[in-house]
Amino acid sequence: MLPTCSILGGPIEDERVFDTADYEGAIARWCPGCGDHAVLTSMQRLLAAEQLAPEQTVFVSGIGCSSRFPHYMKTYGFHGLHGRALPVATGVKLHRPDLHVFVVMGDGDCTSIGAGHWLHAVRYNADMTALLLDNSIYGLTKNQTSPTTPQGHASNTQPRGSYLPPLDPVQATLGISNASFVAQTAEWIPAHLYATLQAAYHHRGFSFVRVLQRCPVFMPTLFRDAMRTPDAIQMLVHDDGVAVPELQKLYRNRLVHDPRDLDAARRLAAESEGIRLGVFFRDETRAVYDDIRHVPRRTAEERVRLLNEELDAYAI
Amino acid sequence: MIASAPAQTERVAAAYRTVPVPLHTVEIVSDSGEGAQKCAQIFGTVSAKMGNGVWTVEIIPAEIQPPARSPAGGSGNRIRLGTGRVTNWGDDANLIVAFNEQVLLGRHSLGALAADATILLDDSWATHGDPRIREQWSQAMTELATREYRVVPVPIEAECLQVVDNARKGKNMFVLGMLCWLYDRDVERMHAEIHNTFRSKSEQVHATNLALFERGRAWAEANLDVRYPVPAEPAAEPMLVMNGNQAVALGAVAAGFELLAMYPITPATSVSHYLGNIFERFGGVMHQAEDEIAAVGVAIGASWAGRCAFTVTSGPGLALKTEFLGLAVMTETPLVVVDVQRGGPSTGLPTKVEQSDLLAVLFGQPGDAPKIVIAPSTIEECFHAMVTARRLAETLRAVVIVLTDANLATGVQPFPRPQLDVAWQGAPLDLGPVPEGVRPYDWDPRTGLSRRFIPGQPGGMHTLTGLAHDENSKVAYDPIVHQRSSTARSRKLAVLQQMLRPPEVNGEPEGDLLVVGWGSTRGAIEEAVERARAAGHAVSSLHLTFLSPLEPGLVEIFGRFRRVMTVEINYSDDPDPFVPPSHRRLGQLAFLLRAQTLVDVDCWTRVIGEPLRPASILRAIHSRLPDGGAA
Repeated sequence: MLPTCSILGGPIEDERVFDTADYEGAIARWCPGCGDHAVLTSMQRLLAAEQLAPEQTVFVSGIGCSSRFPHYMKTYGFHGLHGRALPVATGVKLHRPDLHVFVVMGDGDCTSIGAGHWLHAVRYNADMTALLLDNSIYGLTKNQTSPTTPQGHASNTQPRGSYLPPLDPVQATLGISNASFVAQTAEWIPAHLYATLQAAYHHRGFSFVRVLQRCPVFMPTLFRDAMRTPDAIQMLVHDDGVAVPELQKLYRNRLVHDPRDLDAARRLAAESEGIRLGVFFRDETRAVYDDIRHVPRRTAEERVRLLNEELDAYAI
Repeated sequence: MIASAPAQTERVAAAYRTVPVPLHTVEIVSDSGEGAQKCAQIFGTVSAKMGNGVWTVEIIPAEIQPPARSPAGGSGNRIRLGTGRVTNWGDDANLIVAFNEQVLLGRHSLGALAADATILLDDSWATHGDPRIREQWSQAMTELATREYRVVPVPIEAECLQVVDNARKGKNMFVLGMLCWLYDRDVERMHAEIHNTFRSKSEQVHATNLALFERGRAWAEANLDVRYPVPAEPAAEPMLVMNGNQAVALGAVAAGFELLAMYPITPATSVSHYLGNIFERFGGVMHQAEDEIAAVGVAIGASWAGRCAFTVTSGPGLALKTEFLGLAVMTETPLVVVDVQRGGPSTGLPTKVEQSDLLAVLFGQPGDAPKIVIAPSTIEECFHAMVTARRLAETLRAVVIVLTDANLATGVQPFPRPQLDVAWQGAPLDLGPVPEGVRPYDWDPRTGLSRRFIPGQPGGMHTLTGLAHDENSKVAYDPIVHQRSSTARSRKLAVLQQMLRPPEVNGEPEGDLLVVGWGSTRGAIEEAVERARAAGHAVSSLHLTFLSPLEPGLVEIFGRFRRVMTVEINYSDDPDPFVPPSHRRLGQLAFLLRAQTLVDVDCWTRVIGEPLRPASILRAIHSRLPDGGAA
């Protein structure tokens, strides 16, 4: 494993070997049964499998239960503002393309207060992995309706049931120009979760992964039927998508879906019945913002010389 | 002033007087889109290059395409020319060139013209085919006749039509030629500057521009009976001439910034127009974000992951950035924000100057969010403020706000060419391992300073958080940590305060009245104070550059004057029987100074969408002097 650091000017010899414990930060304070735990474990496994140097890895989050994620990793982390993880991550990647950037958001974070940034981050297509940990409810602030709350579900803010049909984040993301990787997985199927995170990490560009999750306190029964009846879940399978051979026996409701087919992806995402997991869309050919905006760095001396030339245009 | 019939083009040699003047103020106003601003920019630049002192102010309508021939829709510039240094836009225009009588009325009704101003006015409207226009013209003449103006009709349109088919596209170059003769400007420099301004245009356009310019010059020489050369004294040292936003952009390069994230907003945007064009050559990236919030978020993310980044904005954008500014303070992420102030609140006066954001930048965050605030007072200081700001932001892990304004942003002024220093660029990123035992917020209890860890540094892994946190950047479940960390963040300002020098008093160190200002009003305040002193009054002035922390020694300085007042471009109640003194709302600096010094600081402020005039300040000074200023 030879991690590179562009700022130090080339590959550095690194003989360290990392295991999952090397990525463990503080003890997670999420509720027992919270879906966030599974994502954390999967992520630590992924980083160990990929042997990412902890100091070269950055987790950016917003505010909410899921946004405590970086504290529980032993990498660099930025636990910022509600809804504003994506601009911070964009700044990190623009300035330091050598870093591995992950973004962790909740459904309130990404699809409500930060929805504008979501749309534009998809369009920028900067090279990062963005996770939407979607439990369809506000947990940290105690049981308020989120944009992904099922219609009719009662909460503290909409006690007679939510008024509107939920926003589908996968469908929305697939509608945004320049989307390059859109996938959906579920926290209670760890093998699929891991394979999806891995595929997202390996995609060069903005990888958007919606993770379906339970909130054991405020949304405990949301996926009860899907968990009891595997056939309620349709697995999107393809050689270019997520392949999880060990799940084939349990999940027989499979659909071969070519992730290069955007029209088919949009049709599948628009289906109102059932749950589909897998890679909806992937296009490696889309231009990556940090590549487009890559500018060769200048030394201080070069900058001063060039600035003196520029000032000549203003000389009296 | 007319030496012969306007239509006559044959030159009448030596039929004019030459009246050298040490200081003259000229305005050029047109409908929007007729190019008065281009004309004025070239005139101002050439004058600066000849060695004159120059201060220019844009006259901008709020609309992109205001109706033609409307008093509020006039677009152009005021240029104040001097033999010596010019520090402000002066009082009234001595001469105005107007492309129609309606935009002229706009300036007249704002009191922009001197009582004896000379008016060069396109008279084609007098005989226009539309009877309503002829009626408007004659009404305007009646109104102008109530003053002592000298109105000189000029056949601008007719003359231009000799060269071009569409006079709207040519009047500005004709007028430039006229002004070139009138003020005895260097013709060669004029030609060069016209060429430079339109360098992206075709040879054909260039030839047309020169023909129009020469026609204007010839017309003036043949028809005008007086010219006002403003003698120039070329500076002994190399000089530059530019506007404040160009100075901010070039200062940012000199300061070693490598990333600007912004969202378009008047009057800050031109910084990004310029850097968008040149920044990549310097290894920099100019990112136009999806909104004001994202712009500051990108800058903070970049700053956290590397060298300090910056953002530029104005009032409404500053309001949107509020939460992120609090985060940057809380996480001690270096950040520089340039706030080009305009009239507010809300959308306010987008193109007009105001100094109304001082309290917002100081106190705009919920919670205690100490920031460094500096206010350049000249174009030159706009350049150097960027170097200071980056250094302070990185050294103190702090947010630095640079408060400029619309007057500085668009005003053009010459200043000594900075001797660039490689050290201004700051140190390259050090990604060496974090020493054993050092914590992410190892606050020095005396200074509040701590060492910043940057992603990529082995051994430095931690999660930065906007939650109250301890020295290890762990979320503070023990509330006493919040007292300790708040003290550390505040202590950094105390450290900076002790490094600042007391400000210098302009004038005698004691007297009856001290006028205190900040930002772009410096030149106008000092000119007013000098006039008051010349009239025998014991008046001095003080200009503050650091507004947070405040410069030291203010209590001692204020104590040597019988009265202290601020002069600012923001709202305050005028002394009024309806408002008891205890409840009078004060200018923003006055509010701050009273709180910090316990001195009974008075204020005089205006929010009329233009820079302050020395004569207005002088009247305010008189009103505050013990004897009402009757010397």
